[in-house]
Amino acid sequence: MQAEAALGRIGLWFALMFLAIVAIVAAKDSGFAAHATIVAAVAFLLVLVSAARFDPLSSGRSFFRMPDGPDKYDDDPVRWGVLATTFWGMAGFLAGLFIALQMAFPQLNIEPWFNFGRLRPLHTSAVIFAFGGNALIATSFYIVQRTCRTQLAFPSLARFVFWGYQMFILLAATGYLLGITQSKEYAEPEWYVDLWLTIVWVAYFIVFMGTIVKRKEPHIYVANWFFLAFIVTVAMLHIVNNLAVPVSLLGAKSYGVWSGVQDALTQWWYGHNAVGFFLTAGFLAMMYYFVPKQAERPVYSYRLSIIHFWSLIFLYIWAGPHHLHYTALPDWAQTLGMVFSIILWMPSWGGMINGLMTLNGAWDKIRTDPIIRMMVMALAFYGMSTFEGPMLSIKAVNSLSHYTDWTIGHVHSGALGWNGMITFAALYFLVPRLWKRERMYSLRMINWHFWLATLGIVFYAASMWVAGVTQGLMWREYGPDGYLIWSFADTMDAMFPMYVARAFGGLLYLSGAIIMTYNIAMTLAGRLRDEAPMTETPHDAQADRPLPAAVPAAVPAE
Amino acid sequence: MANERPDSKRVDQATGTEFVGHEWDGIEELDTPMPRWWVLTFYATIIWAIVYVVLYPAWPMIEKGTEGVLGWTSRGQLAQEMSVADQAQTTFREQLARVPIERLPDDSVLMQRAVAGGAAAFKVNCVQCHGSGAAGSQTLGYPNLSDDDWLWGGDLRAIEYTLVHGIREQGTEGTRTGAMPAFEGLLDAAQLGAVTDHVLSLSGKAKANPAGAEVYAAQCAVCHGANGEGDRAQGSPNLSDAIWLYGSSREQVMQQILNPRMGMMPSWQKRLDPVTIKMLAAYVHSLGGGEDFIEVAQDPETQVDEQP
Repeated sequence: MQAEAALGRIGLWFALMFLAIVAIVAAKDSGFAAHATIVAAVAFLLVLVSAARFDPLSSGRSFFRMPDGPDKYDDDPVRWGVLATTFWGMAGFLAGLFIALQMAFPQLNIEPWFNFGRLRPLHTSAVIFAFGGNALIATSFYIVQRTCRTQLAFPSLARFVFWGYQMFILLAATGYLLGITQSKEYAEPEWYVDLWLTIVWVAYFIVFMGTIVKRKEPHIYVANWFFLAFIVTVAMLHIVNNLAVPVSLLGAKSYGVWSGVQDALTQWWYGHNAVGFFLTAGFLAMMYYFVPKQAERPVYSYRLSIIHFWSLIFLYIWAGPHHLHYTALPDWAQTLGMVFSIILWMPSWGGMINGLMTLNGAWDKIRTDPIIRMMVMALAFYGMSTFEGPMLSIKAVNSLSHYTDWTIGHVHSGALGWNGMITFAALYFLVPRLWKRERMYSLRMINWHFWLATLGIVFYAASMWVAGVTQGLMWREYGPDGYLIWSFADTMDAMFPMYVARAFGGLLYLSGAIIMTYNIAMTLAGRLRDEAPMTETPHDAQADRPLPAAVPAAVPAE
Repeated sequence: MANERPDSKRVDQATGTEFVGHEWDGIEELDTPMPRWWVLTFYATIIWAIVYVVLYPAWPMIEKGTEGVLGWTSRGQLAQEMSVADQAQTTFREQLARVPIERLPDDSVLMQRAVAGGAAAFKVNCVQCHGSGAAGSQTLGYPNLSDDDWLWGGDLRAIEYTLVHGIREQGTEGTRTGAMPAFEGLLDAAQLGAVTDHVLSLSGKAKANPAGAEVYAAQCAVCHGANGEGDRAQGSPNLSDAIWLYGSSREQVMQQILNPRMGMMPSWQKRLDPVTIKMLAAYVHSLGGGEDFIEVAQDPETQVDEQP
């Protein structure tokens, strides 16, 4: 690095650190001061990194290395993203298991930092935004380069996207533990963290869009439509839902500009479309690349992909009000939320059909390839939860299911089954390719991961269905005299075995992820496990035919 | 393009379907028509949606949304369901209102329904202090309602009276009142130890001693009775039954003598209607320790441990 550039960069980080220290001193509350401390610490770290990198001879073997030349894809941010996805996945699953145990054994609530109220958003944000978000950013950078046959546009901005996003995760996660929240589900971080994410997200959009613009292919691949829909819509949702006025520019607290039922509707417009565009559209994009690649088969139907893409994008955005059935929301809005959710059923299934039917001609791989098996299971759970969703949006069903654990079960059959499984499959696809290994360390461990995760989801979803229906029925049960039979504490008591079963399912799912982490670590270490191949049913074409009629002349005459 | 494009007329061998002709990073697309059942189900949901939004309130207009030809509203549905439920209760509540509470056990069906209603009301109004099983709390001094030890009387009428007027509720006329003086500074250490032992001896938890008996007779017997049987007129607890409101250890008893805690219970007449209070009394009475009501006037000779 040139001396002027190095000095300039050190100066920049130093100035940021100085500003953060001023903010610590002048902060109106301890939470904001804690966050300013984190910013100052990161800035200090970057001062050190910049100073250490002042090396005129350095070829820049560091995190900020740019692509080597124009003949290679720019995969460094993808590699970091794969590692970040694995790390945050483990953190998120562990937090999930812990809060599941807190539900069964409330003694585990450790006040104040580790009570359920603070750990629950930590879990949801860790799995959705840290695990899922890193998976989406990494795979989108990988896929957009390959399907556009070009390098990432703005490589330095792409690096900022990755590290800026980790900074957002760090501020959000520490904020939850410190008790900083604006009390909006899945949008808990306060105004300054929201502003930071907005900057990162706009940079993400510029990198992605720029790469598409400079593509070397005549057409834009379907995965990129879905990624683009995900990036653009999440930007819009994030900004509108988080509009807020801070009480002080040096304090964490802010007040949202929406109030009352408008606030509730905006929140669920955001919340439902976080599911629709983050967890559905974004992960469908992953599916549209990795399933045909792994199966080595063409995509089932181009026409279906067009129709289901546009109908999904158009319909999803209206379905949010089904989260507010039988509330102060006007009846007309509830009706619209419900009917759009019902129409959404087939467009959602279009993705499942296109994914599963892509295996036409390669179904035998389910037997031999545990990665394909994971993809098929992911698509199956995607199909199940996108059927369950419209069903739960029907008012009559919702009046039983709403506020119960059925909703939690529904979310997890989608999150563990669809998002988790397709992400694991993508990681298993990416790791050997990104680190130039022959294959993963162990295919049999992938198989173990598959079965542990599947069994875990079955325990989770089944126990929450039973729990949810039980709760719903107990809450509404009147005796012959017109009095409610059960108190809330009675329903909690009845839930206990279900909560234990749920935590057991979570333990299985976490165990699978631990095996994956070990498998990835071993692959990175360059090891290959010596093991029997997954397929043990070889086809013998010679033996696979009827016996010919007895021909006496079989023995050649001598 | 550098890479060679596949021929659009090329047919995929495995499925017999034509390729579209695009290719990205080795991924191609087939020109399969959309599944017929998928398209038809999609249309069916759209038709269903159109019918539904005609029948129910759906479209936002300038003043308010369309009302739907069925005229259904969620508020209307709630009002209707509530009125059906209320009507089902009317006769029962009327009957209950007419019957004096001490005559309630004569009508076992009515009594049963009152207990069921009281159980529901108890879960809403009483569990916060007395606990969901009505077992109270010794640490906090909330009485156990499921035993047969009553501070102020355990027949239906006494329980109802307590519910209506409360205990030590300031500003409520007729509230149950009684106070134990603090003995801190009035007893020396020896006297305190002796009288504590005497109190514990009443239920066999310590040895009786003459010094303690002397203090007890002078200071305590006036309210708690010569043998510690208590006095329900002023809520003085029975000290001889091994049931303790604030704990049975020597330290806890000593603490209660020096600086007595005295709990209060709100008067419920301002918050609950008389019928619900009656049901609550029936429920509490049914928990296991309810006492029979005995008409004092009929037989003045009967020894009654009663308070109205």
